[in-house]
Amino acid sequence: MATLPDLMPALPELFLACAGLALLMIGVFRGEGSLRLVSWLAVASLVVTAVLLATGPTERVVTFNGLFVTDSFAVFMKLLVLTASALSIIVSMNYLEKEQIARFEYPVLIVFATLGMLGMVSANNLISLYVGLELQSLSLYVIAAFRRDFAKSSEAGLKYFVLGALSSGLLLYGASLIYGFAGTTDFTRLAEVFRGAGTPSLGVIVGMVFVAAGLAFKISAVPFHMWTPDVYEGAPTSVTAFFAVAPKVAAMALFVRVLVEPFGELLPQWQQVIWFCSVASMILGSLAAIQQSNIKRLMAYSSIGHIGYALVGLAAGTEEGVRGVLVYMAIYLAMNVGTFAIILTMRQNGRAVESISDLSGFSKTHPVLAFAMAVFMWSMAGVPPAAGFFGKFYVFMAAVEAKLYVLAIIGVLTSVVSCYYYLRIIKVMYFDDLSEPLERPGRALSLVVAGTALFVFPVYLLALNPILLGASQAAAALFGR
Amino acid sequence: MMADWPILTLTTFLPLVGAFFILLIRGEPDMVARNARSVALWTSLITFVISLFILANFDPSNPGFQLVEEYKWIPAFNIAYIKGIDGISIWFVLASTFLTPICVMASWQSIETRVKEFMIALLVLETMMVGMFTALDFVLFYLFFEGVLLPMFLLIGVWGGPQRVYAAYKFFLYTFIGSVLMLLAILTMYLTAGTMDMRVMLDYGFAQALPSLHKWLWVAFFIAFAVKTPIWPMHTWLPFAHVEAPTAGSVMLAGVMLKMGGYGLIRANVQMLPEATFWATEFVFVLSVVAIIYTSLVALAQTDMKKMIAYSSVAHMGYVTMGIFTMNQQGFDGAVYQMLSHTIVSAALFLCIGVAYNRLHTRDMNAYGGLAKNMPRYAFVFMVFMLASVGLPGTSGFVGEFLSMLGAFQANTWVALFAATGLVLGAAYMLLLYRKLFFGKLDKPEVKAMRDLSWQEVSYFAPLVAIVMIMGVYPASFKDVYSPTVEKIISDHQASLKAAGLLDDGTPTQTASDTAPVKSVASEN
Repeated sequence: MATLPDLMPALPELFLACAGLALLMIGVFRGEGSLRLVSWLAVASLVVTAVLLATGPTERVVTFNGLFVTDSFAVFMKLLVLTASALSIIVSMNYLEKEQIARFEYPVLIVFATLGMLGMVSANNLISLYVGLELQSLSLYVIAAFRRDFAKSSEAGLKYFVLGALSSGLLLYGASLIYGFAGTTDFTRLAEVFRGAGTPSLGVIVGMVFVAAGLAFKISAVPFHMWTPDVYEGAPTSVTAFFAVAPKVAAMALFVRVLVEPFGELLPQWQQVIWFCSVASMILGSLAAIQQSNIKRLMAYSSIGHIGYALVGLAAGTEEGVRGVLVYMAIYLAMNVGTFAIILTMRQNGRAVESISDLSGFSKTHPVLAFAMAVFMWSMAGVPPAAGFFGKFYVFMAAVEAKLYVLAIIGVLTSVVSCYYYLRIIKVMYFDDLSEPLERPGRALSLVVAGTALFVFPVYLLALNPILLGASQAAAALFGR
Repeated sequence: MMADWPILTLTTFLPLVGAFFILLIRGEPDMVARNARSVALWTSLITFVISLFILANFDPSNPGFQLVEEYKWIPAFNIAYIKGIDGISIWFVLASTFLTPICVMASWQSIETRVKEFMIALLVLETMMVGMFTALDFVLFYLFFEGVLLPMFLLIGVWGGPQRVYAAYKFFLYTFIGSVLMLLAILTMYLTAGTMDMRVMLDYGFAQALPSLHKWLWVAFFIAFAVKTPIWPMHTWLPFAHVEAPTAGSVMLAGVMLKMGGYGLIRANVQMLPEATFWATEFVFVLSVVAIIYTSLVALAQTDMKKMIAYSSVAHMGYVTMGIFTMNQQGFDGAVYQMLSHTIVSAALFLCIGVAYNRLHTRDMNAYGGLAKNMPRYAFVFMVFMLASVGLPGTSGFVGEFLSMLGAFQANTWVALFAATGLVLGAAYMLLLYRKLFFGKLDKPEVKAMRDLSWQEVSYFAPLVAIVMIMGVYPASFKDVYSPTVEKIISDHQASLKAAGLLDDGTPTQTASDTAPVKSVASEN
């Protein structure tokens, strides 16, 4: 009889799974009008999960027969994911009620998606990677189409599903190639196989590229970004706010782990792939956003660009690079949650508006919110002294250290181009005359905006040292130090 | 006196505190505007008084960094909060704190919309400028250097003229594209030297550590500071920014922000990369001479007063870059003096134009004429600054131009010759401007109706006139503070050139002692 695996390392995940099931039951039995209750309970269970994680072990533990790993990298990334999910539930409630799609399944689906993300971050095997990824994706497909009587939302859900299935197919194909050529799906064993083996076989390389392509789809790196603008635009705004952060952070964590842990020895092989994805994402993200008039589409291209910058750190392939990615994702989280919280407040005469020009005169009607938005835009553009600058600072530092000068130069130049459209939002808010005033935001939303804005500037200046230390530790864990 | 206070930090962040209080003001729009103005004025005045203590505590005979404050910030990366000043930066700090209250006063009546936000932007701008000149850590330096962009972008874009949006974008994107390249250079130097402490970097010897890269580093820094200074051909943002900006914005832009470029050239290019500076000297000379002659000719063709002064700024900054790169005592002294003089004179000229603009709401110089009759005080003030800009002996402009020409003559006679023709052109366009505004018949009814300077305007012009005169008559009062620093910069520069074998009239012993530590540090990395 097989002995039970050690469950303690997976305690936060187990708790969250049980909490998700319990929430589902509560929702079912309370019926209509239980959105707020279930949402706050979901936030509470995410917070409890985060506490369990933060107080749990940070050293590397592998359990479930090598399928599941927890280390300080996983803890760092999971904390980011949990924060992002919790914040996006908080900012969603008002929106869902006003849009009359207040159904309790929404927070429950987010909880299950988050559970999938935690699984992804902790995956130590291509199989568990796939299971985590699919748990996440299935939940995401459903909430993308959450507003089911609305054609655009259904279209977004369907598009996301079809392309997501395609990418999962690519990933599985790659995984099976790797299994066929290397003889194992376990990350630790794969790393051993490649260590000192010289040039790997073509099958492994092709398999790795397929896996990378599947994951690049999830983080919407160019050339696998096509779904992003449509899904961002079509999905309900609160869903977009969720999509923009938590899944990206989780998929980025997975991407980093897969490339660094099992395929760390194949750096010369995957470096050029990441280099290309990074450059293409930065260029497309900065150029394509210029033409957008819908703020959600703009944010979609902006997030493509941001992923490009984060990939600069990964392309360096060093511990410093990974640290840069982690810091970047942490700051990306704060900027994006804050920006989307403000986008969620954009309502005129009881309906949501999404055009950039609707923000005109925003600084006169909502001076504080407008200032917060300006801070976020400033930070996204990477202009000091806002936090976004430090995100870019560390990835470019890693690129320079790895002597990827061309990548660094393209990176800084595209960041100047992207300034143009971030400044455009500031321009519309501050320079243009008032169109129709927007409604007042709810209290929870204002709190989230205030919190993230204060973090982006100036609180992060003080928090930088602890975040960096955490990121350094996490990156070191990944490199087995 | 106050030497053990963190006086530089205080000077840097006090305006920010004032801005915060302005943010809290609530109530009737009129009340808010009035209170915002007075809070801004008092904050900036107190900041100026405190900054005078910096001067009082400064020892001019010491060429090193003084009043240094050092706190841990990101110890894991050797990034710290370090502030300090030397003989050169102290004057720019004082220039920033001196011009801010003047800008507040100059905007008292001319800014009527969103006064609260305007004053906040102005005070934040002051914090960024002072912070930049006092920063001794490269990250801090970069933060403040770029931090200037947001308040200035808003000043131009919200309170500017009809083409404000275009001008604000142009200003922002030009400056930003220059400085992101500098960021990469800073990172490269950081990874080589292992610290962001500028004091360490000044003596590091990057040419030995990065033989193939140090010229690229120089180019990256040069682009960043050339855009800011601006050096021809990267000056095209400046006329737009100046023309569209409100008076206070133009004053800050010309008075202090252009000097950030000159200051950066001295700190980063000249002091940290001496070998590459030597390599690029002739290139900079050519650019400076082209700037002096070409932009003077362009200025001559303008009918917009602000544009003319803007182009004249580019020409004057040409003397500065020329003077810095002569790398001799006279030229360098002259360049710094020219920067200080230009701070006061160009700021004052923009204020003068602001006076005329507030009354007639046009910047076209042909719309005026004969103002000397009905505005005698204004005519006198304008004349002083016009002559100082031309470089008449007895005004501040003369000393700077004379010294930098003297230095240029020693370095390269041709450069001095061409630069001298620029002086003539400078006189031509400034006199043209003066003639069109003040002489001729006073026949336009709306010009007749213009009132002379009010007591308030006199109150901020008076100190400017006084400083221009003092700087012209008794230059030592300013020069003695920074001369020892300049002397040290030049001797350090020559020592490292000799060490690199680029100058061969030095003593060989110095070579050995200078290269040895550099090489050992380089091999550790």
